[in-house]
Amino acid sequence: MKTGIVVFPGTWSDRDCAHAVSEVLGQPARYVDHREDSLDDLELVILPGGFSYGDYLRCGAIARFAPVMEAVTDFANRGGLVLGICNGFQILQEARLLPGALLRNASCEFRCEWVYLRVEQSDSAFTVDCRPGQLLRMPISHGEGNFFADRETLEAIERNRQVVFRYCAPDGRMTEEANPNGSLRNIAGIANARGNVVGMMPHPERACETLLGGVDGLAVFRSAIHALSRVAV
Amino acid sequence: MAVALEQSLEAVALNRDEYRAIVRAIGRDPNDLELGMFGALWSEHCAYKTSKTLLRQLPTEGPHVLQGPGENAGAVDIGDGLAVVFKIESHNHPSAIEPYQGAATGVGGILRDVFAMGARPIAILDALRFGPLDSGHNRHLFQGVVAGIGGYGNCFGCPTVGGEVYFDPGYADNPVVNAMCVGLVAHDRLRRASADRAGDVVLLVGADTGRDGIHGATFASVEMDERSAERRPAVQVGNPFLEKLLCEACLRLNELDGVTAIQDLGAAGLTSAASELAHRGRRGIDVDVERVSRREQGMTPYDVMLSESQERMLVVVRPDAEAGARQVFQHFELHADRIGTVTASGRIRVRERGAVVADLPLKALVDGVPLRSPVAAFPDKQPTPVMPPVEEPEAILLDLIASPNLRSRRPIFRTYDHQVQDNTVFGPGFDAALLRVPGTNKGLALTTDGNPWYVALDPYEGTKAAVAEAARNIVCTGARPIAVTNCLNFGNPERPAVFGQLQESVRGLADACRALELPVVSGNVSLYNETSERNIPPTPVVGMVGLLDDLSGRCPAGFQEDGDLVFLLGETREELAGSEYLRLLGAPSEGRPPTVSLETERRLQAAMLDSIGKGVLRCAHDVSDGGLLIALAESALFGGRGLRCPGIIGPASREALYFGESQGRVIVSVAPRRVPELQKLMANHHIPLQAIGVVGGEDLQVGSDIRISLDTLRQAWETAF
Repeated sequence: MKTGIVVFPGTWSDRDCAHAVSEVLGQPARYVDHREDSLDDLELVILPGGFSYGDYLRCGAIARFAPVMEAVTDFANRGGLVLGICNGFQILQEARLLPGALLRNASCEFRCEWVYLRVEQSDSAFTVDCRPGQLLRMPISHGEGNFFADRETLEAIERNRQVVFRYCAPDGRMTEEANPNGSLRNIAGIANARGNVVGMMPHPERACETLLGGVDGLAVFRSAIHALSRVAV
Repeated sequence: MAVALEQSLEAVALNRDEYRAIVRAIGRDPNDLELGMFGALWSEHCAYKTSKTLLRQLPTEGPHVLQGPGENAGAVDIGDGLAVVFKIESHNHPSAIEPYQGAATGVGGILRDVFAMGARPIAILDALRFGPLDSGHNRHLFQGVVAGIGGYGNCFGCPTVGGEVYFDPGYADNPVVNAMCVGLVAHDRLRRASADRAGDVVLLVGADTGRDGIHGATFASVEMDERSAERRPAVQVGNPFLEKLLCEACLRLNELDGVTAIQDLGAAGLTSAASELAHRGRRGIDVDVERVSRREQGMTPYDVMLSESQERMLVVVRPDAEAGARQVFQHFELHADRIGTVTASGRIRVRERGAVVADLPLKALVDGVPLRSPVAAFPDKQPTPVMPPVEEPEAILLDLIASPNLRSRRPIFRTYDHQVQDNTVFGPGFDAALLRVPGTNKGLALTTDGNPWYVALDPYEGTKAAVAEAARNIVCTGARPIAVTNCLNFGNPERPAVFGQLQESVRGLADACRALELPVVSGNVSLYNETSERNIPPTPVVGMVGLLDDLSGRCPAGFQEDGDLVFLLGETREELAGSEYLRLLGAPSEGRPPTVSLETERRLQAAMLDSIGKGVLRCAHDVSDGGLLIALAESALFGGRGLRCPGIIGPASREALYFGESQGRVIVSVAPRRVPELQKLMANHHIPLQAIGVVGGEDLQVGSDIRISLDTLRQAWETAF
């Protein structure tokens, strides 16, 4: 899985993603500078977490104008796998590669804690290794992860089964208490209609080693590896 | 004329004797700019003129120390060719005026100290003290400071993994905000900020220079009053995004050949950074203020030299390395101004449009401040107040665990990213944070400690206790303490009682560090924490770093398995003064605080490391604030498992056994089959141990006195701030 990890000014999960992909999973990975315009050598592109351009103006609003985003859009349109984590999710929305918006957390505070996610569908490139209803535990770390979409968009997302992850209680129930940021319908991650682009607020790269508290994030990366091998076959 | 001089001196917070010393040193009257430069560098904040003599007592050397005090931060060898770099610093005065930016720039400043050494920052810790939250103003300060720390650290991408928060009326209007940063660097890349080659090029990189923060160092060195709010322009504004770029650029620059020095611009801005760089290298420096990129028009040389605009660094490179350095900064879209050169003159010369506007000998400017030796006074000791015996221990325990000083800090630390960089093994909320050293199987344990009430009752014993507790916290994770940083927050040292506190506190720090063989490698002193003639309680904060050779040997703080046996190690004495229990009862703050036997502490810690190293302990938790029952309740809550204890007896009163805060104590849990080993190990180290109970069930149960469900306990513990 030749992975590119995009680095914008202010990105900070780049090194964590590289660690997860190359050290933990043993897959080749390289950093992609925000000024690059070709991703032809890659099979998976990750837009990692961070505060690109300081999150000034609005999260992701400046990053989407970076030269690399044109290449990311082409790559996604050609069916390449794209994973946006946290700030990367926000950028994918700003770039219109994913629907909806991420508002300020309902608590109006930054939240860094472990949450439970329920896998809603196993068709996306990043959940093919999971089964619907499976629970994954991984950390969130954001101030603006409150998923919002207008009613029409929301219905379309649900109808097309684009919701990939929802926040849930440890027993899998979708409750208000289990929703850390006020997201509509507890939505934590969504895919595009084709399933090759996924954005999620939780950080799978922080949940890849027992030493650091859990390994459920591996399911997301392993799914991508399997999705790619299927294509190859 | 005399009136004008008086006013000029007041503006820079120097006295007449100091002015005379300046005239003697330079052989003439200084001009306004020169006086401003002296005022900044001879401020208490920069020059340590009141504390320097005392600080000489501290042990600063050890076999693993690579860099002691006097640099941007200290550095200690941790093997594998790596060094841990760390320092703690105060930002009390700015935070009192503008809490968000005050705290944010405190974090920014300490991050720069660490990456100026060539180290990548891997952790932030914060020691905070506020007045009680029933006052709207204190709440404003508390919320602003917490938001500022999170706002800066989260955006920068360095995890905030630990620290402490205490509330006491003594901190109303004058909070204590100390930030510690820890970084890692390979030995051969450890950078020292010493410009020792004449002819080298001096680059100013990062943010543009504005008028913000002029006289910040001076402001931090005088007491505050109702006019302090007018000094809001002396508080700087942080830009963590720019700092992140500056950090990545400096770390990349640090890989190049031909880089002589990197120096952070902090208190006293360009004046301090340029002077200290050149003076450390026994050289001189020429600065052309025209070359400095500015944020606003009409800035004078005075503004430029004394601005404390954030996110700036001075970089000194060989002339043939300048192009390479520029390339690095260009990559990060940062501008680098060539503002001067290193000279052999031993002087700092400031030019504007070719004219020399300041010309001062560095020795006088950096090292020449006349040291002050104020009068010290020591108050009479009062006996410990006598309180009626405790009748409802269960209700007291619930009140205690819900009290602002003991309740869960989760509402605070969950607003901090404590995981970024993927190294956090134990995050905030435990005895010490534990981080993986990337690329190795080693761990670094990090903590800050300083119980202000013990220090207020007895600065010597209280400061010893801070060192001992920090070391015990580290040891509970399985790591061996290796070095100390410290921040001494005190009131106005011109008051004899305050100077007496400082003197005794430093003596306690020195004795404890020497006894536990812990070098002090960096630190900071914050004096004049006085508002409208009220001085803060004496607040030494000890930051400590420990090393765990193999992370698989780590020891958690929560109960792990039902059926494990719980023991108390150490001795409980009739010590209640300074306890959270007496504060809860509203007793006057009097008496002798718990005393520390450094000899016993050493043995206890050796016994702990021995036991953890042999895999005997399942969990270990320091008994500190709140006493034994609080420690047991915390281990139960951390592990989500109850405890059945048939009763706690001992030679002390029930109050002291339950809620006393005798030092040198730890609770541990062990599997039943390993109990004989534990007993033998403790006997070898002459540490008394007492069986407390068995892990299991849904309740915390102590004899017939206490039976509380974990749910009830957790609810009380998680009381919101």
